[in-house]
Amino acid sequence: MPSSQMTSASTAAEPSARSVTATAPFRDESFRDDFTFRNSPETVLRAPFPFDKDAYMYAVNMELHRDGKAGTAFEEPIDVDEHYVSEMRDRALVLDEDPLRCQSLPHMTLAGWDTLELLMASKAASYPDWFALTREGDRWHWINRPLGIDQHFVFGDETTLPYAPLEYITRQAQGDFCVLDERAGNLWMDAGMVTTQADWSLDFDIGMNFFEWHAPVPLAHELGIFERALKYLRAVQQGNPARRLNWTMTVNPRLDTSPENFHVWGPENTHITKDNVADKLFLRIELQSFWRLPRSNGILFPIRCYFLSMRDLSTVPKWAKRMHRVLKSLPPELASYKGLDNYRPIAIDWLAQFDDGSPTTPGPFAD
Amino acid sequence: MSATIEPSIRSRPVYGTLAAADAPAHLMVADADGGAALVELTATMAPAALLRAEILYVPFVSTADHSEALRALDCPGFHTSPSIDALIPRLARSIERMKMGTQIYLAGSETLIGRAMQAVLQAGIDHQAIQTEHRGSLARRMQCVHCKGITENVTTQPADCAHCGLLLLVRDHYSRRYAAFQGVNINAEDPSDIPEKEELFP
Amino acid sequence: MSLHGAIDVVVTDVVTVNPLIKRFHFARADGEYLPAFSGGAHIIVEMEDGDTRRRTPYSLMSSPLDTRDYQISIRRDDEGRGGSLFMHREVKPGINMRIGMPSNLFALDQRAHKHLLFAGGIGITPFLAQTAQLMARGGKFELHYGVRNRELGAYVDELEQRLESRLHVYLDDKGEQIDFDRLLTSQPTGTHVYVCGPAPMIEHVVTQAGALGWPKEHVHFEHFAKAPPGEPFTVELRASALTVEVSAEQTLLEAIEAAGVDAPYLCRGGACGQCETRVLACDGELQHADHWLDDDEHASNEKVMPCVSRFRGNMLVLDR
Repeated sequence: MPSSQMTSASTAAEPSARSVTATAPFRDESFRDDFTFRNSPETVLRAPFPFDKDAYMYAVNMELHRDGKAGTAFEEPIDVDEHYVSEMRDRALVLDEDPLRCQSLPHMTLAGWDTLELLMASKAASYPDWFALTREGDRWHWINRPLGIDQHFVFGDETTLPYAPLEYITRQAQGDFCVLDERAGNLWMDAGMVTTQADWSLDFDIGMNFFEWHAPVPLAHELGIFERALKYLRAVQQGNPARRLNWTMTVNPRLDTSPENFHVWGPENTHITKDNVADKLFLRIELQSFWRLPRSNGILFPIRCYFLSMRDLSTVPKWAKRMHRVLKSLPPELASYKGLDNYRPIAIDWLAQFDDGSPTTPGPFAD
Repeated sequence: MSATIEPSIRSRPVYGTLAAADAPAHLMVADADGGAALVELTATMAPAALLRAEILYVPFVSTADHSEALRALDCPGFHTSPSIDALIPRLARSIERMKMGTQIYLAGSETLIGRAMQAVLQAGIDHQAIQTEHRGSLARRMQCVHCKGITENVTTQPADCAHCGLLLLVRDHYSRRYAAFQGVNINAEDPSDIPEKEELFP
Repeated sequence: MSLHGAIDVVVTDVVTVNPLIKRFHFARADGEYLPAFSGGAHIIVEMEDGDTRRRTPYSLMSSPLDTRDYQISIRRDDEGRGGSLFMHREVKPGINMRIGMPSNLFALDQRAHKHLLFAGGIGITPFLAQTAQLMARGGKFELHYGVRNRELGAYVDELEQRLESRLHVYLDDKGEQIDFDRLLTSQPTGTHVYVCGPAPMIEHVVTQAGALGWPKEHVHFEHFAKAPPGEPFTVELRASALTVEVSAEQTLLEAIEAAGVDAPYLCRGGACGQCETRVLACDGELQHADHWLDDDEHASNEKVMPCVSRFRGNMLVLDR
């Protein structure tokens, strides 16, 4: 009977073939003001391109989140890439300005601990060079080398961490995290860390159920999308996470496109011209995953954000063609809801040069 | 007569019609013309039930005051408050003291219903257990998503945030926790574009 | 087909609790800790009984805080499909078995200011796990436990030691009965009620709570719907182009799985809705044993829950 559980370099899972960026240094870049964010060529290729055909319509499009394809963002269950350190710095800035971006209703503390365990164990298993987790009963030791963190604490005891568990670990994990309580046949957004959202407010939506927080999405309700999605999500079991992809577009690689700051970033929507569209307009991909939490029976719902500029896309011929066709054929209500109206025509015009009309291969991956 | 609240997006609350529940006790809360809804409700209840009921009422003196009719009910638990602000602590106390199985009824403006519902949620009662009926004004409480300030009695679309001054689109997206509709800057992309205000929630 | 999230375990102990109940202890075959879980969760236990493969849900009664092993308690049912008999007679320490990941359809409502728990007989098992979790976090609760007599009252001693004044035991042979009306009319705001036990007890509590004004969102229950045995019958699985014989002791779901068809499921107890299957044609009588479909749906013969329901008649065609 093991008296301690080590999840560290010495007992990590079989190492898989690593993509180049896993050993690359972390970038030092900004997601605001001077926007020095850039993707390395390798990072572009591993992005989870969301379109598997030349047109886009809503779908439940859930699939199991496993069998990570090497060289892609799916390779590890919780993906860490070259933008890690800079993204965490941007998160800290957002939280300094607006602490209400991370909230947890009083009954969600146990789910916060479940989340902490899941993220720590996953990162330590996937990236043993950067993260280590050692456990002796409730006495845990967490090391996060990229962020320079070395923390001893007691699992379940909030007084032994500098923040409550959800905030503590999500300050060290890329992407937003919604923590859902399951009850009354529904899922309730009762806690979260939301600093990289595409235009919704945790502070306002916290406490809402699955249908309520999705209320503003046009068309999808009539299609029964959310009923089917809810049924699928309620069947998600421990150890068997699911995922789906969502997307929108953003002007500048700005992570914090919150409604709270809409009056700050909104005006940028009108700044796209044919001369700057290549480097200033970004495809914003959301890799959403769904994990059953063991002690609280909740669901952890990470929303991980990947940016590809139009120029990034143009380096992958299939993606450039497909993006062009998706934008051309997008239903107007969808385009409006996603906020694309100001620059959609400009993007279409620029991408047209890469589209010779030839067929694209099925599936989202680059050829 | 009240304007009807049309169902819209799934996060916009819908209200019903009060019906006497078969419960050991009753707690009724109303403002203004919600008082009339309580008069109609109690007319269907046995006098014995009223002896075990509490009625908390905020009259709009001179425009919508049903205190007389409610006082005539011989309900020992009848109490008026001068404002919703004054009502809430009293309501919280009543909820704290009652036993599970007490049916709660909320009637009147959306603001009254929403603020009373906040007290219900604080006490750990599921909001789906509460009966609600809208009567009277459509005026909304609005939370400005930018400065987080709440603006009361919003009747126009769009509307000014009473705190930071931004012009806000008054959405139907509603938070039970804040008992408010969401207001989002309507002219962020072009601040010189100032749409006319329309009286949409009188 | 595959057991979701299957864990290879070894039986480490089989304990006779009383003349009707045995407790089974499982540890992971590789010696690691079992997964953490939430009180009220169950596991599917896979039984290879000769030609028959059964997959039956059982509540985890062990503490979620200590997952060196999982413990379940099984009451012997001489009238059933044979699962409990198999476990009681054939399963011994040292044998290897497979179980599924814990799954919870009877979770505590984390918002509750107080939990009022009603247990009848073997229905005590989920509460053993839940009270362990509540004690560890300082949750406020009462457990009212009705048993036939002290001898058959499983775990009364252990519960008295752990829960002290929070526990109230009612011995049927002494005429002690839970006073549901008094208890249901005296609870503070924010209390949630949970009941697990024989079906009539559950029906009574749920009905009484409703009659006494309790919101249904505050009333939680778990049926231990045992899939009943019945007559053998034939079913056509149209989407798979297969015709399958369901034996007397096999559930429809097990027969579908034995034929190699991967049908969705979760609780396997007729409660969660995940195995809901469309009926394409039905000439005979569907014997619904679930708590998921409503009366209209039962009468319509358009849907069936294969984990617990059966059929008698000439022809049944499913969209599977």
